[in-house]
Amino acid sequence: MGNLILFIPLAVVAIAAAVGMVISRNAVHSALFLVVNFASVAVLYILLEAPFLAMVQVTVYAGAIMVLFLFVIMLLGAEQLSGLQGGSQRALVERGIAGVLALVLVVIFAIATFGGGGIEGAANLEPMDTAPQSLGLLLFNAYVLPFELTAVLLLAATIGVAVLSDFKKGGK
Amino acid sequence: MEANLEWYIGLSTILFTIGALGVLTRRNAIIIFMSVEMMLNAANLAFVAFARHHANLDGQLFVFFVMTVAAAEVAVGLALIVAIFRSKQNINVDDLNLLKG
Repeated sequence: MGNLILFIPLAVVAIAAAVGMVISRNAVHSALFLVVNFASVAVLYILLEAPFLAMVQVTVYAGAIMVLFLFVIMLLGAEQLSGLQGGSQRALVERGIAGVLALVLVVIFAIATFGGGGIEGAANLEPMDTAPQSLGLLLFNAYVLPFELTAVLLLAATIGVAVLSDFKKGGK
Repeated sequence: MEANLEWYIGLSTILFTIGALGVLTRRNAIIIFMSVEMMLNAANLAFVAFARHHANLDGQLFVFFVMTVAAAEVAVGLALIVAIFRSKQNINVDDLNLLKG
């Protein structure tokens, strides 16, 4: 599942970009940090022998979704709006809850993976067919109903966006 | 040395936690949406890692479905943010109390 020499720098870049996204005061900088995070996760997908997913990650996430984010940030001029607020009582309580959540997650992860002797069969990986053709065959055979449901979901989202942006008033 | 499943799940946990911290601590609605995207992305990384571990393609297909839901969620969410910004000139989530009785 990839050499550690490749994995560790990618993981460091992904985590650093994630932290940069959360603490950055400028929303445009946050969006660009998130692009770096998505790109490093795409390279991790290649290490995990999912090359087609890596391409989809770059085009859909780093491409389409992030362009939408940047477009809205710049449309609203929301670059500098409300960053981290220090001082207020509620913000401190929320950060305390967030810190406890983080600690609990890390402890559970540590117990689950290293306390119980690790995950079974991690050393011997079977070879895997990762061609886009086999993904497509699986999608249109076993998962054809969920696939149709996503079509309905996307249609509903499109209609919802058109209603929310009030196209009748804007058009005339 | 080989990076096995634990490393990927660890990275996924860390990214998910950073995303959750972003949702809880930031007040800008756009940053909150970006943090949610990062949490979905961390879940996707875990899916792909387990798919490789079990040499099974179903995990990778679930990532496609998660990506579809994420794209729909971003489109609707950003439309909501734009609509709210038009009426209130602000996207600070603490100031959004339109549904308060």
